[in-house]
Amino acid sequence: MYHYNDFDEAFVRERVAQFRGQVERRIDGSLTEDEFKPLRLMNGLYLQLHAYMLRVAIPYGTLNSRQMRQLAMIADRWDKGYGHFTTRQNIQYNWPELKDVPDMLEALADVEMHAIQTSGNTIRNVTADHFAGAAADEIADPRPIAELIRQWSTDHPEFQFLPRKFKIAVTGSPNDRAVTKAHDIGLRMVRNDAGEPGFEVVVGGGLGRTPMIGQVIREFVPQSDLLPYLEAIVNVYNLLGRRDNKYKARIKITVAENGMDTIREKVEAQFERLKSDFGGFDQELLARIEHSFVAPDFRTAGLEKFNSARASNPAFRAWTDTNLSEHRHDEHAIVTVSIKAHGATPGDATSEQMRVLADLAERLGYDEIRISHEQNVILPHVHKSDLPEVYATLRDHGLATANVGLISDIIACPGMDYCALATARSIPIAQEIATRFDELKLEHEIGQLKIKISGCINACGHHHVGHIGILGLDRAGVENYQITLGGDGTETAAIGERAGPGFSAEEIVPAIERLIDAYLAHREGPEEAFLQTYRRLGMAPFKAALYPEKEQSRAA
Amino acid sequence: MSRRPYTPKVVAANDLLKGDAVWLTANDSWTRNMCEAELIEDEAIAEDRLIFAIGQGNIVVGAYLVDARPGENGPEPTHFREAFRTRGPSNYPHGKQVES
Repeated sequence: MYHYNDFDEAFVRERVAQFRGQVERRIDGSLTEDEFKPLRLMNGLYLQLHAYMLRVAIPYGTLNSRQMRQLAMIADRWDKGYGHFTTRQNIQYNWPELKDVPDMLEALADVEMHAIQTSGNTIRNVTADHFAGAAADEIADPRPIAELIRQWSTDHPEFQFLPRKFKIAVTGSPNDRAVTKAHDIGLRMVRNDAGEPGFEVVVGGGLGRTPMIGQVIREFVPQSDLLPYLEAIVNVYNLLGRRDNKYKARIKITVAENGMDTIREKVEAQFERLKSDFGGFDQELLARIEHSFVAPDFRTAGLEKFNSARASNPAFRAWTDTNLSEHRHDEHAIVTVSIKAHGATPGDATSEQMRVLADLAERLGYDEIRISHEQNVILPHVHKSDLPEVYATLRDHGLATANVGLISDIIACPGMDYCALATARSIPIAQEIATRFDELKLEHEIGQLKIKISGCINACGHHHVGHIGILGLDRAGVENYQITLGGDGTETAAIGERAGPGFSAEEIVPAIERLIDAYLAHREGPEEAFLQTYRRLGMAPFKAALYPEKEQSRAA
Repeated sequence: MSRRPYTPKVVAANDLLKGDAVWLTANDSWTRNMCEAELIEDEAIAEDRLIFAIGQGNIVVGAYLVDARPGENGPEPTHFREAFRTRGPSNYPHGKQVES
């Protein structure tokens, strides 16, 4: 894991001290809100419906136990004893008071964390595959490059006032778990014919008002050229991106309006100019960073305990079937801890749960923790013989829900329960869907299914790439929920298609139930997942299930 | 010629220090209980009260006018967003619904 050097430490401490002074001057009246607002946003502090909200970056989703314990301490001391993990690998505190925020930032700095550039028209927290460094299918660990990008983009003097916010995601695996094609820049690690490492660079993806799947700008950028190439892209966007209309300011619109060929030409020309400026220093830095991400020395201990627990404990077996992923070391497993107990708020962990996870990571997980964009917590390296103990501990703290990848493993943004931008609530809909399908005991029968819910068009809940997407809107003063079908956030990324008119809060769960009934009736077998059935049959049978009255009137 | 009747308003904002929802009362103070707010039935007065509220930038943030209607105990919200602001989130007993 990367540790701050003296420069990082001094920079973060200085920002905390500056912000402490700014908060004092706001409270004593020397600064107006117009003056203070951009300063607080630079430090991740929003003002929401019921309180301030502090958004803390978890760079590329990586934490150690000490950091996780500090997040728990902050939740207890200055918030209401919990935190909310978001779809961009951040943690949000929903109840801080203004005077306490500098102390919270100081406490974060104590464990090499910050809230810088978690807001504003800057390059935001760099996200990565949450199985980074552990996945069996990985070409290389994407975190060193993500850390290099974090250092390059943090306080980058040219990129503090971009036309709009800018999001970068990196994956080191051909199976895209980081939704790279829905980012302003998506990076996929590849090797060229000579076996040299590099990146396929995708530009112009994004969800929100105008959802778009990113396009490849260059199929192979050598690792040594990556930073100047990224800088060239952001340079071109900074000049060309629209500042006259907030809704047309993201790079996806710049690409759509100018055409990928024009953008590519300008980027290549700028890249040629910039390349020599970097002079290899970035590669020296990268080599130093790489030392911080050396894989742990994975132990071998045999699998008897694991196999016998699986044979004797059906609940443990069910959990291992859903919540484990293949590790690069065959005696280890990647554990996805579901923060989606049926009926709970997706992504919320109590301070006690955070401490339990920190203890497990420290004792049995090589001190590594990851946060996924799907709002779960990952223990990336657990020896399989330790899994029965991990499971028992998780179960004692409401963390052993065996639902990863299933219908109740729902992404939901905070929605109108917290967010000032929301047009409807998301959380209660997620709670009701999870509770309903748990009652029906259908979850495992239904199999792989991703439901994603956003409480407004900005799509923090990634609804466009949900197999079933739900978008909450305000229709004439009433909450109304639109359904999209067939979205996909992986390497086969696709934007879901709108099914038809929306449903009221009371109608939405029965509508989802009809959709699932239609899927179960039409699928070729349990091995055909919802998304595959949708791709085979298209919208028609699902539309018929969602709007039965229309079908009847057509038949009459 | 008929003019559409003016929908009554209250002035809402967030408290500077705590960040929670507050409403402007008739005696120029801020209350955490919307039913104690001043219900304004005249457009010109509403604009005037909003200007006053915006001038209170060292106490509140982001003042705006909200549709309201007279209720048994005072002004009530007409839109669900503003109703949520009088209570707090629906997933936990936090916020105004548990505070006096």
